[in-house]
Amino acid sequence: MAIWGLWVINKAGGLVYQRNFGDGLPHLTSNEYLVLAGTLHGIHAITARLSPTGSSSGANVISGETFKLTILLTPTGTKFVLLTSLAENTADTVLQKVYEAYADAVMKNPFHTPEMPIRTEGFDSRITAIMSG
Amino acid sequence: MHAAPHPRFSVLSASAVQSSEHLSPAASSTRFSLPSAPSINTNATASKPAVPRQTIYDRPLNKIRAAEVSASAFSFLFSEVVQYTQKRVNGINDLERRLNTLGYRVGLRVLELMSYRNEATAKAPKREIRFLPALMSIHTQVWRAVFGKPADAIEKSVENADEYMIIDNDPPITRNISVPRDMSQLSCSSFTAGIVEAVLDGLGFPARVTAHNTPTETLPNRTTILIKLEKSVLDREEALKT
Repeated sequence: MAIWGLWVINKAGGLVYQRNFGDGLPHLTSNEYLVLAGTLHGIHAITARLSPTGSSSGANVISGETFKLTILLTPTGTKFVLLTSLAENTADTVLQKVYEAYADAVMKNPFHTPEMPIRTEGFDSRITAIMSG
Repeated sequence: MHAAPHPRFSVLSASAVQSSEHLSPAASSTRFSLPSAPSINTNATASKPAVPRQTIYDRPLNKIRAAEVSASAFSFLFSEVVQYTQKRVNGINDLERRLNTLGYRVGLRVLELMSYRNEATAKAPKREIRFLPALMSIHTQVWRAVFGKPADAIEKSVENADEYMIIDNDPPITRNISVPRDMSQLSCSSFTAGIVEAVLDGLGFPARVTAHNTPTETLPNRTTILIKLEKSVLDREEALKT
């Protein structure tokens, strides 16, 4: 069980926060991360329209053979994405905690511009605290 | 004492000055005459003489102690206050001064309301005339009224006899604020400093109050409210010493 990475994608599909934990993930440039996040945003928008039984929140989990992506979509369109091992079963609760930290440390901070990359020390330290248990 | 309107009100529109005039300690020479309770209750007591009605001045707005103002709602409001102010100033000093001015307006009312609630019904109403008891009451009473907890420490400067400090280890109003690195001297607790300055001013201890970040390893949000007293206050303290 391991958590490898966290992305925050704004409602326009831009990557506003990206952080890796441990060295489980291959190293990518920030441009590559931006492209991946934009692609995921598009895929998510498609999955939200595929539901046969009315409206849907879109993909919640996308999994591969060795890892999975857990996606939390907030009512305002911001997406929190957690990259974890397949066996990780705390992804949903971790994402809820991340959402809470985002609401506290980012949205209530007068020096943060909405929809722009998150450069808030308070958020960094809250995330560190969540990930270390 | 001050004939002209207090310079602090210069940032307000003319109508706002007018409406706040009667609350301003600077506008009147009888600063501390507490309104006698019957004069407010005249109407109520005239119709129903047996039941003296409580006014909103007599009790806290929230009926139960636990039902307090939402910290989140206040955080968002304060965040907007800082953003609004930041758009209209040049530089950090200006921003801190403006926040101080806003806090001053809160502090005036806090003192007014606190003295009314605590002393209006007392048989022998009192007010602090010595500095240290006044500082203690700010540390505990004012902090409790405004933040719901007393401040963490009071210190006296070793270098300057006219400097005192109130220390809060985690000020609730700046808990969610991360100041960017290029503005690292900025302390949004200047708002709190304004409250303290107004209370001291209202009690007759004119002082210059500023806020400073003094983080420690375990307390990253630790903030010091620095009080620099005017010389007249120190002279009077000296004279009162027997």
